[in-house]
Amino acid sequence: MPQEMSTRKAYGRALVELGEKNPDIVVLDADLSMSTMTHMFAQRFPHRFFDCGIAEQNMIGIAAGLAASGKIPFASTFAVFVPGRCFDQLRLSVAQSQLNVKIVATHGGITSGEDGFSHHAIEDLALICALPGFYVLVPTDAIETTQMVRTAAVTPAPFYIRLSRPSTPVIFDENYHFVLGKAVTLRQGNDAAIIAIGIMVSRALEAAKHLAQEGIECRVVSMPTIKPLDEEAILQSAKETGAIVTAEEHLKHGGLGSRVAQVVAQHYAIPMDFVAIEDTYARSGKAEELLQRYGLTAPAIEQAVKSAISRKQVHHS
Amino acid sequence: MTEMPLHEGGLAIGCRGQASVDSEAGEVFPNADCKSSCSLEEIARTLRRHIVTMIAAAGSGHPGGSLSAVEIVTVLFFRLMRHRSYDPNWKQRDHFILSKGHAAPLLYAALAESGYFPTKELITLRKIDSRLQGHTDRAMVPGVESTAGSLGQGLSFAIGVALACKLDSLDSRIYTLLGDGECDEGQIWEAAMAAPHYHLDNLTAIVDRNNQQIDGWTRDVMNTEPLGEKWHSFGWHVIEVDGHDIGQLLSAFEEAKQIKDKSSVIIAHTIKGKGVSFMENNLKFHGTAPTQEQLEIALRELA
Repeated sequence: MPQEMSTRKAYGRALVELGEKNPDIVVLDADLSMSTMTHMFAQRFPHRFFDCGIAEQNMIGIAAGLAASGKIPFASTFAVFVPGRCFDQLRLSVAQSQLNVKIVATHGGITSGEDGFSHHAIEDLALICALPGFYVLVPTDAIETTQMVRTAAVTPAPFYIRLSRPSTPVIFDENYHFVLGKAVTLRQGNDAAIIAIGIMVSRALEAAKHLAQEGIECRVVSMPTIKPLDEEAILQSAKETGAIVTAEEHLKHGGLGSRVAQVVAQHYAIPMDFVAIEDTYARSGKAEELLQRYGLTAPAIEQAVKSAISRKQVHHS
Repeated sequence: MTEMPLHEGGLAIGCRGQASVDSEAGEVFPNADCKSSCSLEEIARTLRRHIVTMIAAAGSGHPGGSLSAVEIVTVLFFRLMRHRSYDPNWKQRDHFILSKGHAAPLLYAALAESGYFPTKELITLRKIDSRLQGHTDRAMVPGVESTAGSLGQGLSFAIGVALACKLDSLDSRIYTLLGDGECDEGQIWEAAMAAPHYHLDNLTAIVDRNNQQIDGWTRDVMNTEPLGEKWHSFGWHVIEVDGHDIGQLLSAFEEAKQIKDKSSVIIAHTIKGKGVSFMENNLKFHGTAPTQEQLEIALRELA
């Protein structure tokens, strides 16, 4: 495995691997197969690949019908179009129908970059997490993506897996084992916990390293399954560190931060902070420029950690 | 016309206006019994009685668009479709996908009379502990293939089922019932473009062309004419029939079966509320239950 790889590329490869093993795997796309990487599957298994054209609503409906007939459909497009363009189809034809449809959406967050805000998916997690019955996953790297796709294929339920456009650091090695619904503690520490998803995980690790140099020991928890959340890991972090910071490439409301806060609030009165996009839309630019501009950086996480720690009650110290 | 064994299951129809007899799911009645003992016209009348009775008992529901499609559903469930009430998920079955989900009472009545569940359950429609939801829920009721209620989604779903049948080399036929008002939805036309593109000659859509939608006549609310030409231009084989004429419907479905390499649509010209004089073409009964007094009149007319 190279040091960097995009999660969408890992997805494309995983689909082909699955397709070899299971003839019931079918793949749908909405005219973005070169970008979502489903073209790899299309080339290998043309009769099991359905390009639906630029018609996401129809794509979801077709996927539902295939699932109802025992197929395992993976439907892909950009995260801005699914769930955004076809929310009601996801609601009625998939969630309410309790069908085994796998949505794998690429170009999540603002790192799709230069295309501008029409192509930045920053509300997708809020939308999809609102639907009962969906598993919602955000992988940290290419290794985890492959395992998530395999897990989704053998777990009969609706899934939403959110991938990124750019190459991202490979954090896990081949011995890593993704477990659905389980958080992964990547670094120990008891002064604060940083709970992160996707591209923010490597930034959280970087922030923790810097903070350690200042004598602040942070726990870093990756939360690849954001629905259902690993409540045990969250509560353990809350109890043992007394301060929680979340980090995500999504709006501050409705995503990881909101969901974690809801769990924490039921059990502990501890300070939290949220590294996420404020209530606004971003602009065109290079991925890294946008992450800097909208505060999705290691220094921003460090700032948030210090702020949360400063608000701790005395008895937590 | 095929001589295949078609509907296999408990037929619960009481002919000549007699009370229905419930049969346990799992019991097999040869299809021949159905044809010899009950005419399709009699079955249609029985379904209509169920529809008005169950909606009256519920105190809410959509009689108009259920009554308009009775002959379409009768012909499919009691003559043309291969299905087994004792094995709803039978792999070789033909599929009926209700897209206009507000016609749920019609589907429930057809399923009950086919033996999927007891007809006495029909009057539980819309009640808190009933399986018979206001709009269909595929997870709850045996024989209900699709969850519906938000319009425009059934044709796409039917395409998915049709593709799966092709992948599995099954000769099953897939039928989906759409409303004409439903054809306002953009997703219908996304799907209309896709079905012929995938050469789905195993798929037949039926448009219940009753010319009314909640806010009025379809020509006034959103004019879909020329409806047949639209479907034709999207690549479909179009057949227009009187949707209350069983003979015309049977011929149309047979014609659709013979068409190769493309999908067929039957535009069934119907009357909303058909069979109950005061409901016919009466917009009020799109989504209003009859009172007890109205029910009695309706049942007399449908006796």
